[in-house]
Amino acid sequence: MAEVKFEETLKRLEKIVDDLEKGDLSLDEALKRYQEGIELSRLCAQRLDTAKKKIDILVKGKKGEFELKPFDEAKTED
Amino acid sequence: MFENTTEKSRHIYTVSEITQDIKLILENTFSEVWVEGEISNFRQYPSGHCYFSLKDQAALLPAVIFNRATKDIKFKIEDGLKAIAFGKIEVYPPRGQYQLVVEKIEPKGIGSLQLALEQLKQRLEKAGLFSAAHKRPLPYLPNRIGIVTSAQGAAIKDIFKVLDRRFKDVHIIVNSVRVQGEGAKDEIAQAIKDFNLLNEQLPRNERIEVMIVGRGGGSIEDLWAFNEEVVAYAIYNSSIPVISAVGHERDWTVADLVADLRAPTPSAAAELILPKKEDLSEKLQFLTSNLRRLFLDKALNFQEAIDELQHRLNLNITHELELNMNRLGTAGKKLALLNPAVLIQQYKIKTADLAKQIYIRTLHFVKLKESGFIKAAEKLSTLSPLNILSRGYSITFKMPEAEVVKDAGNIRTGDIVKTKLHKGDILSQVMEVTKNG
Repeated sequence: MAEVKFEETLKRLEKIVDDLEKGDLSLDEALKRYQEGIELSRLCAQRLDTAKKKIDILVKGKKGEFELKPFDEAKTED
Repeated sequence: MFENTTEKSRHIYTVSEITQDIKLILENTFSEVWVEGEISNFRQYPSGHCYFSLKDQAALLPAVIFNRATKDIKFKIEDGLKAIAFGKIEVYPPRGQYQLVVEKIEPKGIGSLQLALEQLKQRLEKAGLFSAAHKRPLPYLPNRIGIVTSAQGAAIKDIFKVLDRRFKDVHIIVNSVRVQGEGAKDEIAQAIKDFNLLNEQLPRNERIEVMIVGRGGGSIEDLWAFNEEVVAYAIYNSSIPVISAVGHERDWTVADLVADLRAPTPSAAAELILPKKEDLSEKLQFLTSNLRRLFLDKALNFQEAIDELQHRLNLNITHELELNMNRLGTAGKKLALLNPAVLIQQYKIKTADLAKQIYIRTLHFVKLKESGFIKAAEKLSTLSPLNILSRGYSITFKMPEAEVVKDAGNIRTGDIVKTKLHKGDILSQVMEVTKNG
């Protein structure tokens, strides 16, 4: 559902910060990591703002087959 | 005593008669009684009937629970348990025995549900269902979350409310079940199994990563399904990590104990797996500022290294410069020694010297020549014609040209001639010319 997985993007960003923290990168590599990191940070921020939920209900057929149907939240109202 | 009693006055019971009387008296007198005692010698037969004794320090009362009555008993009857039993005394004539036929039995001091729960917990604990080693870590930021609860219940509403406040990048799949009453335990257990079955059919990246199993708050009886063994084993055997969320903050259900994580309420469960947007935002900012700082540090380190090199380079250059300056100084001194101005001065002095010498020598030379000249002049004067005149000779000049007359042929009669004598001149006119030679 998500073209960019927030979790993976955030993990990659964490990895980059770790790499930089270790401090044994060449200036060239550090610059590459930095540029990638800034881009990932931007993607994450965007994802945070545009995230949408999706709710399904699991329905089991007679033969035991599974089907996902959109969940009607209105039905939960008393 | 027997001897003093007459046959007539004696009423003799048959065994059956007296037993019947005893039975009537006992059973009428003790038709609804509560008896408290310790259970001993408990045994259950395949028929379902349970036999045991209630005893205290001085007495023992045999007791039976018939199969029909055992279904209502929630806890497990064990030897040594202090219990309060309700029932009636029944006499069994063939054996001449009486016993308590138990209709209800409760553990003493604690409700039977609680006791049953304690007993189940002990059993499951022994079986390793609560083992910390079995508990799996929850995924961070799960993409797919399963929920086992009633689609009409309070729990799902609470979870959705949390969801609206949180980072919503999730797909939620609800498996709706009854959460109380008859059949609830089996539906809950099946729903947990179904999520696991569903996962096997889904591609790896679409699988349910964690599930919430729970319901809203209620009495202990309402929550009972979550204390059932079948639910406990379904949670234990689930390959998907389970968060229990039974709305009962104080007491832990069996499901809570087996689950990988226990949340006190469904809302709390949702909060545990759905991070706050602000928290993520904060984390993101933290990471980003770290990223900037670390990179800047890195760049500054390189800058410092460059500065250091430059500094060292400068030092070297300065050193080199100083060396060269020294060499230049030395060369300068040497050069100064070779200064043309000095040479010129020297040459000037030398020139002046030479000029002086030239002058002296010239003077000397001139004087030398002068004396020579005087001698020559003296010599010359002895050779002068005028000296010859003094010896009587004269010189005749033709006038007015004052040409010396050497040949009379050049003179004509009438010409004016001048005769120079040793002393004075004679001017005369030619009278006659005799040419000879």
